[in-house]
Amino acid sequence: MTEILFTNARLIDPVAISDVSGWLHVKDGSIAASGDGTPPETKGTVIDCGGKCLAPGIIDIGVKVSEPGERHKESFHSAGLAAAAGGVTTIVTRADTLPVIDTPETLEFVARRAAEDSAVNVLPMAALTKGREGNEMTEIGFLQDAGAVAFSDGLRVVSKTKVLSRALTYARSLDALVIGHVQEPQLSEGAVATKGKFASLRGLPDVSPMAERMGLDRDISLLEMTGAKYHVDQLTTARALPALERAKRNGLDITAGVSIHHLTLNEFDVADYRTFFKLTPPLRSEDDRLAVIDALRSGLIDILCSMHTPQDEESKRLPFEEAASGAVGLETLLPAALRLYHEGQLTLPELFRALSLNPARRLGLPSGRLLEGAPADLILFDPDAPFILDRAALRSKSKNTPFDGARMQGKVVGTWVKGARVFGET
Amino acid sequence: MTFRAQHLLGIEHLRPEEITTLLDLADRYANENRQRRSHKDVLAGLTQINMFFENSTRTQASFELAGKRLGADVMNMAMQASSIKKGETLIDTALTLNAMHPDLLVVRHPNSGAVDLLSQKVNCAVLNAGDGRHEHPTQALLDALTIRRAKGRLHRLSVAICGDILHSRVARSNIMLLGKMENRVRLIAPPTLMPAGVSEFGVEVFHDMQEGLRDVDVVMMLRLQKERMDGGFVPSEREYYHRYGLDAEKLAFAKDDAIVMHPGPMNRGVEIDGTIADDINRSVIQTQVEMGVAVRMAAMDLLARNLRARRGAELQKDKGTMV
Repeated sequence: MTEILFTNARLIDPVAISDVSGWLHVKDGSIAASGDGTPPETKGTVIDCGGKCLAPGIIDIGVKVSEPGERHKESFHSAGLAAAAGGVTTIVTRADTLPVIDTPETLEFVARRAAEDSAVNVLPMAALTKGREGNEMTEIGFLQDAGAVAFSDGLRVVSKTKVLSRALTYARSLDALVIGHVQEPQLSEGAVATKGKFASLRGLPDVSPMAERMGLDRDISLLEMTGAKYHVDQLTTARALPALERAKRNGLDITAGVSIHHLTLNEFDVADYRTFFKLTPPLRSEDDRLAVIDALRSGLIDILCSMHTPQDEESKRLPFEEAASGAVGLETLLPAALRLYHEGQLTLPELFRALSLNPARRLGLPSGRLLEGAPADLILFDPDAPFILDRAALRSKSKNTPFDGARMQGKVVGTWVKGARVFGET
Repeated sequence: MTFRAQHLLGIEHLRPEEITTLLDLADRYANENRQRRSHKDVLAGLTQINMFFENSTRTQASFELAGKRLGADVMNMAMQASSIKKGETLIDTALTLNAMHPDLLVVRHPNSGAVDLLSQKVNCAVLNAGDGRHEHPTQALLDALTIRRAKGRLHRLSVAICGDILHSRVARSNIMLLGKMENRVRLIAPPTLMPAGVSEFGVEVFHDMQEGLRDVDVVMMLRLQKERMDGGFVPSEREYYHRYGLDAEKLAFAKDDAIVMHPGPMNRGVEIDGTIADDINRSVIQTQVEMGVAVRMAAMDLLARNLRARRGAELQKDKGTMV
C-alpha cells in the first residue's frame, strides 16, 4: 500500500469553491482524506508543500496529438511530457489526425499508443462523421465501446444540417457526447481574421463575429429537436453568449468551452502578421475577450481548454493567409490562465472549476475534485513564480506558441497521475 | 538626412518628414527626367530584382525604368511561372534570391503581409510593390507627389477616395499617407465594398457620390477589380456606373478646380467616364504615371544610400574586430 501525505498545502477545491490551507492524504492512487487540522500519521512519503497550491489536475478537452500521421509535430510521448509539465493530468484527444480517427480500429491504435507512451491519462475522441467529411455518421456505438469519450469533427463544421440532425439523434440514443465547432461555414469561408478595424488595416479576409452565433443558433435548434448531449468547443464572442444562456435556461443539455488564447489575447496581438497568433476561430476584439471572461466567471461558459494544436515551422513560416492555424498550449495553459487570477478576474477555485471539475463532470469522470475516493490526479504549483517563456524549452515537438518571450507567473512544481509522480523532483 | 528606413514596406511605418524627404527628391527627379538628365551613377553597380508574384505591367515597367535610369542592373522575374509552381515556399525563394546578393528587391505578392515576411529573410533593401489588400506604398507616394504638384501643397486638402476600397491596397496606403500629412479623407463606396471599422481610421465614410464629393479638392477613383468580384459585391457594372461611376454630373459637386486621379488600369464606363479621364483640365492620370517613375527613383536612391551606409558600418566593424 503506497501513501503520500501532502502537508502545509493551499488546497484549491473547485467543488466547495474554497482556497484554504491544509493537508491531503493519498492512498493507493486515490484521495483518502483531507483537512485543515493536524495531518494524520503516515508511513508513506510526506511532501511539505511549503504553502504552495495543491489542486486537481487539469482535464484538457480538445488536444491534438498528431498521431497517427504527423508524429514529427507531436507524439503521445512528447504530448504526455508537455501535459505533465503543464499540470494537465488528462488529455482528451482530437480525431482530426491523418487518417481521421473514425473507425474502432484506428481508435484502438490510438489507445494502445497512448497507453505505451503517455505520462498522463489519455481519453480519445472519435470523429462524428466519416473522414470528417460531414456526409455520413461514424459507428458511434462501436467507437464508444472502443473507448471514445466524445464525438467531434474538430474544427470542421458539419454543414449539412440533415446529417448533423441524424447524428445527434443517433448519439442521443447512446447517451454519447457530441462536441461541435460553431461557425456559419459559408460566411466564414476563407476568413483568417475577425471583421473590424484590425483586419481592415492589415487587409486580411475577415468574418463577422456573428458567424459564431449563427452556428450556435443552428446547433441549439437541433438540440431542441433531438435532445442530444452537446458541448461547444470554443465560444469566443459576446454576441453568442445570450443564446447559450437561453439554451441552458430552457434545459437543453449544452455546455461550452473556450480556449485560453481567446481569454488572454486579442486581434491586435497578430500585429505584423505574426502567424503564431493565427487561430481557429480567429482572435477577437477586446470587448469580446472581456465578455467571455465574465461568462467563464459566472459559469455560463463551463470549460477552459488549451486547444493544443501543434504545427511545424514550415507550415507557420508562410504568408498569414496561407499559414497553418493553431497554437500549442499544454504547457502554457496554466500560467496563462493564472494571468486571469493575477488580474483579479477569477479566483483559483473558479479557475479550477473550469480547468478540472467541469470537464470531469461533462465527461462523467470521477477526477477533477479533491474529494475522498477521487483518483489522485493532482498538481502542486506556485502561482506567483515568475518566468519568461522560451519556446525552445517547450516539451512539445512543435514550438508554435504565441507566448514566446512573454512574462508569465505560475510554475508547476509537481504532477501526480493516480498517485504516481509524473513531473517534478521526487 | 531624415529618411532612415531600411525597406519600403508600407506607409504605416513612415514618418511625415520621411515622406517629405522622399517627395522632395522625387520632385527633383521628375523635373530632371523632363530635361533628359542622366543619373546613371546613382545605382551603378547595384542589382535590382523585380519579383512579381502577381501580374503587373505598369508597376513593373515603372520600377524597371526607374532602376535603369539610375544605372542599376535590373532583372525581372515572373514568379507565377517559376518555382511557386514547383512547390517552393516564399521563404525558400527569398533565401535563394538572397544568395545571389541583390541590392534592391521589388516585390509584389497576392497575400497581405507576404512582402513583410520576405523582407525579414534577406539582406538587401525591399520595396513593396503591392501585397494583397494591405499596402502599395509607391502608389500612394506618387499620388501624393501628383497632388502636391497640382495643388501646390499636400496638407489641408479634402480628398475623396471612391470605389472598391475593400479590396484596395492603394486605398489603404493613401488613407494613411494623406492622414499623416494632415488632409481630410473621405471614402465613398457601396457598403459591400467598404472595409469594416474604417471610420476609426480618422476618415469620413459616404455611400453617396454626390454627398461625398461635395467641395473636395481631389477625386481619387479606384479600379473596380473585376477579378475579385467572385462574391457578387455589386449587382451589375451598369448599376455600379450609374451610382458610383464618375461622370460630369457627379464631378460638378466637387470644387471647380478639383483634380481627378486613377491608379490605372481604368475601366472606362465602369468607374469613370472616358471624357473625364481624358480632360486635360481635370484629369492628372498621365501625370501620375510620370510621377510613378520619379517616386520609384527617389525611393530606390534613398534606400540604396541607407544600404551603402549600413554596409560601410558593417565593414568598419569587421575591420575593428580584426585589429
